[in-house]
Amino acid sequence: MYVTLTIDGQKANVPKDYTILQAAKEIGIEVPALCYDPNLEIVAACRLCLVEIEGKNKLETSCSTKVREGMVVHTESEKIISIRKEILQLLLDSHPNDCLTCQKAGECLLQKYAYRYDVKFREHDGAMRPNLVDTSSPYILKDDSKCILCGKCVRTCSLIDDRKVLAFSNRGYDTKISLDADQTLETSSCVSCNRCVVVCPVGALVDKRTMGKMRPWEGESHVVKCKACQYGCNFEVLTKNKEKVAVRAMEPDQGRPLCLKGRLTTELINIDMPDKPYRKIGGRFEETTWEKALGLNEILEKIRTIKDND
Amino acid sequence: MISLEILEDIKGKVRPELENRLRKEDKYIIDGDEIGLKDEYYQKQTRIALKNCDIIDPKNIEEYIAMDGYSSLGKIVTTMKPKEVIDIVKESGLRGRGGAGFPTGRKWETAYEYDADKKYVICNADEGDPGAFMDRSILEKDPHAVLEAMAISGYAIGSDQGFIYVRAEYPVAVQRLKLAIEQAKELGVLGNNIFGTDFNFDIELRLGAGAFVCGEGTALMESIEGKRGMPRTKIYRTAHRGLWQKPTIINNVETFANIPVIFQKGVDWYRSIGTEKSPGTKVFALVGKVQRADLVEVPMGMSLREIIYELGGGVPDGKRFKAVQTGGPSGGCIPEELLDTPVDFESLGKIGSIMGSGGMVVMDEDDCMVDIAKFFLDFTVDESCGKCVPCREGTKRMLEILERITEGNGKEDDIDKMEKLAETINSASLCGLGQTASNPVLSTLKYFRDEYEAHIKDKRCPAGSCSELLRYFITDKCIGCTKCKKVCPVSCISGKVKEIHIIDEDICIKCGACADACPTNAIIRK
Repeated sequence: MYVTLTIDGQKANVPKDYTILQAAKEIGIEVPALCYDPNLEIVAACRLCLVEIEGKNKLETSCSTKVREGMVVHTESEKIISIRKEILQLLLDSHPNDCLTCQKAGECLLQKYAYRYDVKFREHDGAMRPNLVDTSSPYILKDDSKCILCGKCVRTCSLIDDRKVLAFSNRGYDTKISLDADQTLETSSCVSCNRCVVVCPVGALVDKRTMGKMRPWEGESHVVKCKACQYGCNFEVLTKNKEKVAVRAMEPDQGRPLCLKGRLTTELINIDMPDKPYRKIGGRFEETTWEKALGLNEILEKIRTIKDND
Repeated sequence: MISLEILEDIKGKVRPELENRLRKEDKYIIDGDEIGLKDEYYQKQTRIALKNCDIIDPKNIEEYIAMDGYSSLGKIVTTMKPKEVIDIVKESGLRGRGGAGFPTGRKWETAYEYDADKKYVICNADEGDPGAFMDRSILEKDPHAVLEAMAISGYAIGSDQGFIYVRAEYPVAVQRLKLAIEQAKELGVLGNNIFGTDFNFDIELRLGAGAFVCGEGTALMESIEGKRGMPRTKIYRTAHRGLWQKPTIINNVETFANIPVIFQKGVDWYRSIGTEKSPGTKVFALVGKVQRADLVEVPMGMSLREIIYELGGGVPDGKRFKAVQTGGPSGGCIPEELLDTPVDFESLGKIGSIMGSGGMVVMDEDDCMVDIAKFFLDFTVDESCGKCVPCREGTKRMLEILERITEGNGKEDDIDKMEKLAETINSASLCGLGQTASNPVLSTLKYFRDEYEAHIKDKRCPAGSCSELLRYFITDKCIGCTKCKKVCPVSCISGKVKEIHIIDEDICIKCGACADACPTNAIIRK
């Protein structure tokens, strides 16, 4: 069953279980959204995708509102733009002005929408989010000061039953993302799968092994499939000045969990000079050998034995 | 097994005992079938939700039965069809007493119409508005009324499981509810095969952990499900997909308390009370600057003036009335010139406030309206769940502006900034908490703008309440006793014995110790 609706004067004919945001996308209209991810539960928390629907007094979030026959939607009305600017300004007011050195620059959604709606950082003497940075992991950097609390990391982490490490804690302005009972990346049960890093729209969760290597405009990337197991998750190989500098996880598809072992394997295969690997042993990250990191010790030993016997 | 006859027997046995007990105290009026509280104060009220409160022993199910308790449930499950029950609730015009005033019957009907293997009835007893305690009173003094109503609604929508989400800060209510559920199950008015029919209904308690936002229906459901209490985006109505994605109706304690009485006395009787669009009564927690702070239950449509002056006795100590705040942190402040507004859902909405759950805080000339707005916003900022941006970030910024205004650092454009912020927070927030969070600010800006301007432009608090803006003076009543000089912690008072003393305003920290120590009230603050 299809329905026809009008979005910003254009007709869209879409399946009836579509949301307005999906329908808009179909006809080339991009509604800004920070907390929306087609693979995750819809929470309508960022409120950036609010739209005006004719005949309705209240604004509705386009990520959560289903299309209806004959609906007339405005995604860029004066009121909507004014509210979006205000929301972006509220986010920037709590966000450090660090785009110059932020690893996420060029891919950051907050940066993108601030540019689109011409919203700037401003001086103010009000509260800022505390500058809590978790540097305990060699794989992930968690910078709470940059977090916009969209909750994508929490939702993606909770999709894997034996993970569910990330959660919201505290409330109101003091809300933050915590690991287990407020542990660090190192002491928590986090397995460094990087699902959270992949979905983070800002620089709050960053793949540490890509840091300082390159930002998107400085080089190229190409997609490779992981060969560590039959899931075959997608990874990006980042190339700068013809040198393959880093590998990073791409969004895990349905049923694909992503894992550290896969990422390290892909790194070892694809990267010219990979960084040292680390293993988490008893709540501590320890530098290790590639054999140990990839669990190849016994296999290599056996190969050597067989060779010696020949 | 319980039957209507057994119920009648219990009533026949216990009612005389109850009346005898009540006659021993000169506090009650026993007039045929009616038992009420004596005193002119109560005569001015119409008690429906509170009808058994302070009369029956809440720990004794038989006394509830003696007041016709469980007769509605018995009659309904043995003689009526669910649709008939819903039609009566619809015809009664009962509207949700939790604040929004949604028609109860329509809510039930929606849940009734969805076919599902499981449906739920929830009683929202997470009363959290500052100064509101009507639900608490009903739960503590008449718990069976809520249980009976929940079972009726369970029968109407086709549910066999109810939950009462009650705040843990109400230990007596929790205790009484536990006991009441136990007694009801023992008697067979809850549990399996109620009144010998195939209708089963069980009720479980869930304790809130102290988050105001869990009074919001969807956040409450998340909390019952064991998740963090954050409101859901309403892709579906909760009557369609609520608790565990099953059709769920959620009603407030006071709404439920009305249900058994409607079935006892009939729709016509119920509709004869209150107004056309808001039938029945509303319980208010009348508090603040009134002679008699208490719960009052009055017919909808009574004017604010009548409630405050006739029942509350007006403002004490000869002070001048300034405003009444209704609806808690989502409500607004109403000035004296609007005191003749009738209290119903529509009229209060029109003047920038809301009915809310029934908080009614009276303020006098000593209360600073900017400070009041700050108090309520501070509450909201504290209680925001942090999920959506406008509420989490916006209310915080608005509070920062109010803080600087009350500290004497307000800027010229602060009012404009707050109005703009308020528009975003109201129209863009996810749930009711955010959507109404700026009401206390907007309503005080509307009716008491001059107070804001005095704070910002003249750095003066007209009510003399914002301590940072106060100035202390010693008048010529001073007898030079030196007591003020001795207590001043920063030694800013100078003067010789038996001569008028002087406060050095540059050093004064406005602690007020001097004024308290002065035997002749010579020290005034402005």
